[in-house]
Amino acid sequence: STYPSLIGQCWQAHPGSVCSKGSCGKNGTRDQFQEELVIRPLHSGDIYASFQFRTLWDIDFLQERQKVSHYRLFPKSLGQVLSKFSVRELHISFTQGFWRTMQWGQPFIPSPPGAELWVWFHDTVSDVDGNWKELTNVLSGIFCASLNFIDLTNTVQPSASFKPLGLGNATDHRFLRYATLPREIVCTENLTPWKKLLPCGSKAGLSVLLKSEKLFHSSFHSQAVHIRPVCQDEQCTSKAWELRQTLNVVFDLYTSSQGKKEWSLFKMFSRTLTEACPLATSSKIYVDITDNPELFELNPVTPLLSQAVVLGDRRTYSVFDLTRAETFGQLCSLNLLLRWKGDSDMLRPLLHAERYVAGFGLQTGEIHTVIYNNHPYRAFPVLLMDSVPWYLQLYIHTLTVTSKSRDNKPSYIHYQPAKDRHRPHLLEMLIQLPPHSMTEVTVQFERALLKWTEYTPDPNHGFYVGSSVVSALVPSMVAMNTNFTQDQPLFSSFVPVKEESSYFVRVYTEPLLVNLPTPDFSMPYNVICLTCTVVAVGYGSFYNLLTRTFQVDEPSLPLEKRLANLIRRIRGVPLLA
Amino acid sequence: MDYYNLMRIFAFIHLLVSIPHGYSNYVETKAGQFFSSGHTNNWAVLVCTSRFWFNYRHVANTLSVYRSVKRLGIPDSHIVLMLADDMACNYRNPKPATVFSHKNMELNVYGDDVEVDYRGYEVTVENFLRVLTGRLPPSTPRSKRLLSDDRSNILIYLTGHGGNGFLKFQDSEEISNMELADAFEQMWQKRRYNELLFIIDTCQGASMYERFYSPNLMALASSQVGEDSLSHQPDLAIGVHLMDKYTFYLLEFLEEVHPASQANMNDLFKVCPQSQCVSTPGHRTDLFQRDPGSVLITDFFGSVRKVEITKDTINLTSPVEPPIQRSGSGDIQIESLTYVDQLPVAEIIHQKPKQKDWHPPDGFILGLWTLILLVFFQTYGIKHLKHIF
Repeated sequence: STYPSLIGQCWQAHPGSVCSKGSCGKNGTRDQFQEELVIRPLHSGDIYASFQFRTLWDIDFLQERQKVSHYRLFPKSLGQVLSKFSVRELHISFTQGFWRTMQWGQPFIPSPPGAELWVWFHDTVSDVDGNWKELTNVLSGIFCASLNFIDLTNTVQPSASFKPLGLGNATDHRFLRYATLPREIVCTENLTPWKKLLPCGSKAGLSVLLKSEKLFHSSFHSQAVHIRPVCQDEQCTSKAWELRQTLNVVFDLYTSSQGKKEWSLFKMFSRTLTEACPLATSSKIYVDITDNPELFELNPVTPLLSQAVVLGDRRTYSVFDLTRAETFGQLCSLNLLLRWKGDSDMLRPLLHAERYVAGFGLQTGEIHTVIYNNHPYRAFPVLLMDSVPWYLQLYIHTLTVTSKSRDNKPSYIHYQPAKDRHRPHLLEMLIQLPPHSMTEVTVQFERALLKWTEYTPDPNHGFYVGSSVVSALVPSMVAMNTNFTQDQPLFSSFVPVKEESSYFVRVYTEPLLVNLPTPDFSMPYNVICLTCTVVAVGYGSFYNLLTRTFQVDEPSLPLEKRLANLIRRIRGVPLLA
Repeated sequence: MDYYNLMRIFAFIHLLVSIPHGYSNYVETKAGQFFSSGHTNNWAVLVCTSRFWFNYRHVANTLSVYRSVKRLGIPDSHIVLMLADDMACNYRNPKPATVFSHKNMELNVYGDDVEVDYRGYEVTVENFLRVLTGRLPPSTPRSKRLLSDDRSNILIYLTGHGGNGFLKFQDSEEISNMELADAFEQMWQKRRYNELLFIIDTCQGASMYERFYSPNLMALASSQVGEDSLSHQPDLAIGVHLMDKYTFYLLEFLEEVHPASQANMNDLFKVCPQSQCVSTPGHRTDLFQRDPGSVLITDFFGSVRKVEITKDTINLTSPVEPPIQRSGSGDIQIESLTYVDQLPVAEIIHQKPKQKDWHPPDGFILGLWTLILLVFFQTYGIKHLKHIF
């Protein structure tokens, strides 16, 4: 139960989980909400802020088929979607900008530019494609995005990538669907419904910082919704639904901070924090202070420190707990100030991928995907998944995979050819990357000529090809934590860790923009005009020549002779000439 | 004296009697006015049909009408907003997530809680007509539908590039005035509106409402046939023209209107005379039943709810039962659940290839075999069949 109290001068609501009337024991419900913000200064002077909002919905899975569910913290629109379409896992992300791995390191939750949606359905579903089509339409209404453009021409069924991130053991890939819309724009109209899914909306807690004018004036902005079944408690005997809403944003040094490496919450978000969300059991801010401790300054100072191993690296964080009134100080508002001088060495990311189109002209081309393994002595396998639309016709016999200028044969290849206007290409390969090397995958393609009604209104912009996905278990220098505890910060508990020596990472390449041979759309009009003119002038003249008869025209008589002819006609006498 | 006093008392009593009578007359006229318009809900369909950065002003036009309509009370669930291109988060916008209507960036019409229903390539003539007539595929979400009934007042606002008798959608297709008139007739026959206000801000806009023939339609346009609608003012920082003249003055007019305002349609017809607009705005009211002077602006731009009192009793269904309590722990398996391995390399390498579903042979194969069989039997004849089998 929550009740406000007067501590010092600030009103502060005591947080607690939302329990049903009576007990919070085994028969009660234990919905939980946690919110977290991680601020990580990047060595180029930019700053990376990652919000995570996690809602745990305690619902009895055995009675999923019942028609009525109680929604406390979990949003009703998503709950109804899950039950109607028998969804086991849903991951949707909207991204503006491209994550620059070499400059910024690895993100906590990666996402490709544009919109990406991948869904695991339950094995009780008989018509997966029908459910998928309806699900995309419903989600396009919920998120105000054009997700209804997802259809069979851009949906693939990966055979080995995108394993479920939630609980479960059966993984029949017939129930997985993956689609991406690289052209999708993200703006305030997508942020508004996303904020409405939060229990506190945008009124209290960390979500007051989400102001669109600042968030979209950044180098990278990504908002995502991840729904999956997780362990309800430490024994992991029963499941609960987990909804994670994540928002990653990277503010640029020059556009947002005028070139000075001084950041504050007010500068980044044009707001400060005054309270935690009253419905949250934990509301924390983590500031990464691992790099450069002497030259780094953080105001206000907090005694709480925490260490976490994330992405193969042990980092130290200063923790600000918003559920405690002391965090807000005398002014009842929290505005973090970060200042640092000098440069720090960035940990070089071990896995990195790029993609580009080579060739010239509008008929053929070549797609090159380059994957870098920067580990000094360990080799590890990566799974590369490529989904290419049907209008780029791939010639798979020209597929080459080379590492260190030698042929590298993949140990697993799955290729599904495209069907014109029905299905895109799907290529999945498991490649072993040698240590400290660059691996290049090339394949040639030919560009198709579309029907003139299939072109978009602005075809000269080009056509997008979605990002490639590289999934890998990267060997970790530091032992990863495999214990599942409730107190783990959210950013380190997203991907389940099975073994200590490696961590799972997913890297997205750039999307490609390819020009297809574009016809001149004014040609039908030109052809009609020309043909009609030729027919009218040519055939008309010919017809006239053939069918026209000539008559001699009598010259007209002067007036006296006409009058005389009139009188003669009356008299009945022959007329004058 | 007595007579004088008596007259005074008499006048005073007469006054006392007449005041409540006059007051009840006043109340009756007010009540009559309250129920005169006949609509119970309001909808708005706001469409911007132009793409590309230099058509920023059309998006700003539509967003300023959206802002006014939302401010006067119509909720997002009753507004269908169609924007053909994204200007706010366009890479050429020096201030992202904003769309300004006044120069020097005075008024951000994009706001903080905008919900766009149709955007980008979805804004097509087909989708627009489907929204109007209600003939959408069954999986269309509610926010993309115009769920109006026969007591709805609908405001339709179109802006973009147009000509004599047509309006261009995204530079690749167009809608003609006859199609629009037919769509409204379909709406009338399906009882999808009570009254409809149609506003168009394009060049030669008056040509678009020439062909209307359904009842209860009122139309306004920013220019007559043969005239161009002009844009208002550029902003040097953004680099494009921000608004069109007609909608700019319309926005100024609507900013004065509040939900209880009594401004009527005659005031709306006077918005942007030729001295301000350079083009001559036109309007058409012959199909409208009521006198425009008695139609309030808030009948279309706002959402004043009317209440109907009914004397029938309604039976409520029995309350929903609470969900069954979790069954005892004896029924559930106690084995702990695990997460799936994210990259099971050994499993992937030894994965069996996916069994392809068998499909019956398609037309080409069937045709080929039919041809072969026909030729075979023609050559050899049926009578040899028994020698073969």
